[in-house]
Amino acid sequence: MHAFARLVARDVRLTLREGGAISTALGFYLVVVAILPLGLGPDLNLLSRIAPGVLWVSLLLAALLSVERIFHNDLEDGTLEVIALGPLPLELVAAAKSLAHWISIGIPLVIAAPILALLLNLPADAFWVLILTMLTGTPAISFLGAVGAALTLGLRRGGLLLALLVLPLYVPVLVFGVSAMNAVIVGPASFLSSYLILCALSLATVVLAPLAAAAALRLSLG
Amino acid sequence: MRLSVQDLTCVRGGRTVFEHLSFDAEPGKGVQLVGANGVGKSSLLRILAGFLPPAAGTFTLEGADEETPIGEFCHYVGHLNGVKRAFTVHENLAFWADFLGGGEVDEALDAFNLLDLRDIPAGLLSAGQARRLGLARLRLVERPLWLLDEPSVSLDEASRNILSATIEGHIAAGGLVIAATHLPLGVKFGQTLTLGAEGTS
Repeated sequence: MHAFARLVARDVRLTLREGGAISTALGFYLVVVAILPLGLGPDLNLLSRIAPGVLWVSLLLAALLSVERIFHNDLEDGTLEVIALGPLPLELVAAAKSLAHWISIGIPLVIAAPILALLLNLPADAFWVLILTMLTGTPAISFLGAVGAALTLGLRRGGLLLALLVLPLYVPVLVFGVSAMNAVIVGPASFLSSYLILCALSLATVVLAPLAAAAALRLSLG
Repeated sequence: MRLSVQDLTCVRGGRTVFEHLSFDAEPGKGVQLVGANGVGKSSLLRILAGFLPPAAGTFTLEGADEETPIGEFCHYVGHLNGVKRAFTVHENLAFWADFLGGGEVDEALDAFNLLDLRDIPAGLLSAGQARRLGLARLRLVERPLWLLDEPSVSLDEASRNILSATIEGHIAAGGLVIAATHLPLGVKFGQTLTLGAEGTS
């Protein structure tokens, strides 16, 4: 457990120190959300109706930008080889690095979401669902992203392939995240049923995705 | 501890790199791995470290716990240094000490003459200095089997002497060293393994 915590702490510190990944993700999120009303026109009703979907889709895209980094940098400078010889099984290495991605990229994006929601005229009573559903869904985004990152490791221009691989996997999280929010904003469906499925998706991903990511890492190290 | 390799075959990309390789590495006798480019020196080291599955054959570390992967008994120093550019020299080693379960960071830095650079970001190091930082792991964490792939690349003469002394110290203490190298290291290896056209000898 000690090595696991050290690895998470190292990755979070590296992301904070290098800085680029967080600001790119936040900047991208801001630009996508801000540019949409310009294209759609100033219809406030329309904007507030599509706000949950827009906020979720652009969050997925913003998170996707930095997913590649989860393993890529460590492979390039050789630290992944040394980590693989450590006491931690590769499954836990993958889990630690996914968790670090969630802490350093996922959480800042969730914090930014309510601010960006103001641009889209999200109804005031939906802000708490926005934060709650995103906090629940973003771990799945990081952990699924790690599988894609491990599969495309070592490929030239793996980033585009990564997006193709991972975005379809994000669909369930997107669907239930948005439907939980819509249940609160427009009703009449129950918030809880969508939200609990979202929780289940997230939990299952956190458990299963590291197994797949570790298998892919073994191939890349060979 | 003793490493025994039996009938190892390595296939990469459909091409047989070497086959039926058998040898024993005894404690107190380092193994020097020689051979032309592409005969599989690096592949052999990667197989022993557990990165690459062998196509056939087995290798065992006698005296080691069989449940534990062999990787956890070895140091692997490959072409890459395993150094994080954003961390300082000290932070780099401090992480490995924590993660791999090692000892005194400053001692390991001192052994490779890096103490003066302790708080410099590793991204600013020269190639030789970064190499020394990678090698300092050998001193930091005690592990019985050292797998070294061209360890002396980009080192100056003084640093190469430090490396030779470190390797000789490890061999004298009963450790196992398998080193692939083209440049003379100045280490007395007890055994030379030539990979080549014949396969093995």
